[in-house]
Amino acid sequence: MAEIVLEHVTKRYGDGYEAVKDMNLDVADGEFMILVGPSGCGKSTALRMVAGLEDITDGELKIGGKVVNDRAPKDRDIAMVFQNYALYPHMTVAENMGFALKLAKTPQQEIDQKVNDAAQILDLQEHLNRKPANLSGGQRQRVAMGRAIVRNPSAFLMDEPLSNLDAKLRVQMRAEISRIQQRFETTTIYVTHDQTEALTLGDRIAVMRAGALQQVGSPNELYTRPNNLFVAGFIGSPSMNFLPGEIDGDQVKLPIGTVRIPDTLRQRLQAGPGGGRSGVIVGLRPEDFEDASLVSDRDRGIAFTAKIDVLESMGSEFYAYFTVESERVSSQELEELAHDAGAADLPTQEGSQLVARLDAASQVRQGQETELWFKSEHLHMFDPETGKSLLGSTDRGGRTSAPAAPPQTAQSPQPAEPTSGTQQQSGGTKLPPPDTAR
Amino acid sequence: MRHTPRQRLGWSGAFLIIAVCSLVPVLWIIFLSLKTPATATDGSFIPHAWTLSNYSDIFNEGIFTSALRNSIGIALIATALAVVFASAAAYAIARLNFPGKQLILSVSLAVVVFPQVSLVGPLYNLWRTIGLYDTWPGLIIPYMTFALPLSIFVLSSFFREIPWELEQAAQIDGATPFQAFRKVIAPLATPGIVTTFIIVFIICWNDFIFAISLTSTTRAETVPAAIAQFPGASQFTQPIGDIAAAAVVVTIPVMILVLLFQRRIVSGLTAGAVKG
Repeated sequence: MAEIVLEHVTKRYGDGYEAVKDMNLDVADGEFMILVGPSGCGKSTALRMVAGLEDITDGELKIGGKVVNDRAPKDRDIAMVFQNYALYPHMTVAENMGFALKLAKTPQQEIDQKVNDAAQILDLQEHLNRKPANLSGGQRQRVAMGRAIVRNPSAFLMDEPLSNLDAKLRVQMRAEISRIQQRFETTTIYVTHDQTEALTLGDRIAVMRAGALQQVGSPNELYTRPNNLFVAGFIGSPSMNFLPGEIDGDQVKLPIGTVRIPDTLRQRLQAGPGGGRSGVIVGLRPEDFEDASLVSDRDRGIAFTAKIDVLESMGSEFYAYFTVESERVSSQELEELAHDAGAADLPTQEGSQLVARLDAASQVRQGQETELWFKSEHLHMFDPETGKSLLGSTDRGGRTSAPAAPPQTAQSPQPAEPTSGTQQQSGGTKLPPPDTAR
Repeated sequence: MRHTPRQRLGWSGAFLIIAVCSLVPVLWIIFLSLKTPATATDGSFIPHAWTLSNYSDIFNEGIFTSALRNSIGIALIATALAVVFASAAAYAIARLNFPGKQLILSVSLAVVVFPQVSLVGPLYNLWRTIGLYDTWPGLIIPYMTFALPLSIFVLSSFFREIPWELEQAAQIDGATPFQAFRKVIAPLATPGIVTTFIIVFIICWNDFIFAISLTSTTRAETVPAAIAQFPGASQFTQPIGDIAAAAVVVTIPVMILVLLFQRRIVSGLTAGAVKG
């Protein structure tokens, strides 16, 4: 049991490339911290520095209060689960799980006892004498977990442990990992590129981009109050829609119509760093749209008509894709996100493509002009130049922090709450369903 | 795969030709070793008069048994040393990035293609001066040197196949670098190590140039050199039967070695380490 503290940790390679830039992160004792970001953002490097598999160029790493920069991995009392499991192929499952204890010269009887206990937790008892080659992907993954928990280390480090499993198994193992982490209450750092995994597993999430931390917070915080365009676009599936907007007094002019800025939002806007800026990028979550015919109280937003290009039925809801004639918002952060998602290879369309999540009761048809409605309460506004959120915080002081923020204060782990109290019931914030893999 | 009768006939014919070409010389030398000295040069493939006296002859003469002992000892020691040193070097080459890594590899490749004949003369003089002539170390050293580059080459490609993560996992599990090598990497590289061992052993076992040049007596003479020194039964008979019998006998250890480890060489031991 230990807290892990990164202070100004930097990884610089010989050629001057900085994989991790001045990273400050507090992981509290027993906390489940997720490092998430697109590939190449430095999250794995950061984890490997904590593990001791990569040298730390600059800064300090503390585990349990002690600086461990120069300690070998074996002296850090950590266990790691690798993306490809890294099981020893010449050893049986039991030997794999007991290897660390054996190296520590634990008596054989105690090793057997601990391996058996772990096997029971992971439902591996029948496979203890088999070799990894004869196990299925899910079983191998469990052995890798077993190897970590047998040692009862002060921290678990997991490097995309589920990315090699197929979608269904991944959802099962996700629950399994969550269960194990809660049972042992071991400090855990978990690296993933999958925002769904991040939202469902983590006590807190740290979003990284190009080696720099973007925002650290609870899943709900990241979802409802993203710091910048990158976090806004990365967290959530389908991802947030962005439109150019023009603020004029208490109204904001959007390509789909002019909408009055609700009072709460206006207060936050005034508290934010934007000042009197008028040109903004407006972010709209897909779930803030609705089929206008299903909305009784239309005053909290505006209605507009759009031609539905593509309609995807999810059973419980529809994803409606439509195009709005407008200038495309452009920002380096959004382009990076699009690139990571592979969208950069798609043919460019005129106007802005938006996606709306509509109720399953909706009668919309693909190719039809439909009246849609969107709720103005949860608008997000960003500075088009810096990409930072223009919304300040009125209720929780100082939680929105800029990318190069001072060290995040350690926060006791809080379970993610799917809906926050300030939101209304009809079409309130829906977190993405846990099974939609990005 | 299904073949038409024509194809089958063609393939069978090809296989037959290859089998005959490779087996006839072996059979011929075996039959030759079973002929009596008088009929050895009669030109028939199958002996008219069968005898085992050639075999008893060579084992009764001290020259062959001592040569056999020298051969086994020298080849085993040289091979073992070469494999141990080569594993260390190959492991470093496969795992570490250090300046001059490519240079080491290309130099070692150059040594492989270096004509050994050109070294025999200088070595002969050098060994005579420092007293290594006609001793075991006098052969072990050049064998090991010439076997090392090839071993490094073969082993480093085997080590490269072993996933890096396994070693990192071992490190995190609390292994020192040496423990990680001995308990994780070496067992996984066994097929590679065995393969290298056999290749090097055969090279040392079969060497003639160094053996004939750097030895002179039964102290260090190996079998290939000794065979050339076989005396005939009398001054006027050629020791053809003895040479054939000795040739058959020296082939046996190599064959046993290969048959013994064949499975080891073929088996893909790393299966299941990582996904994919």
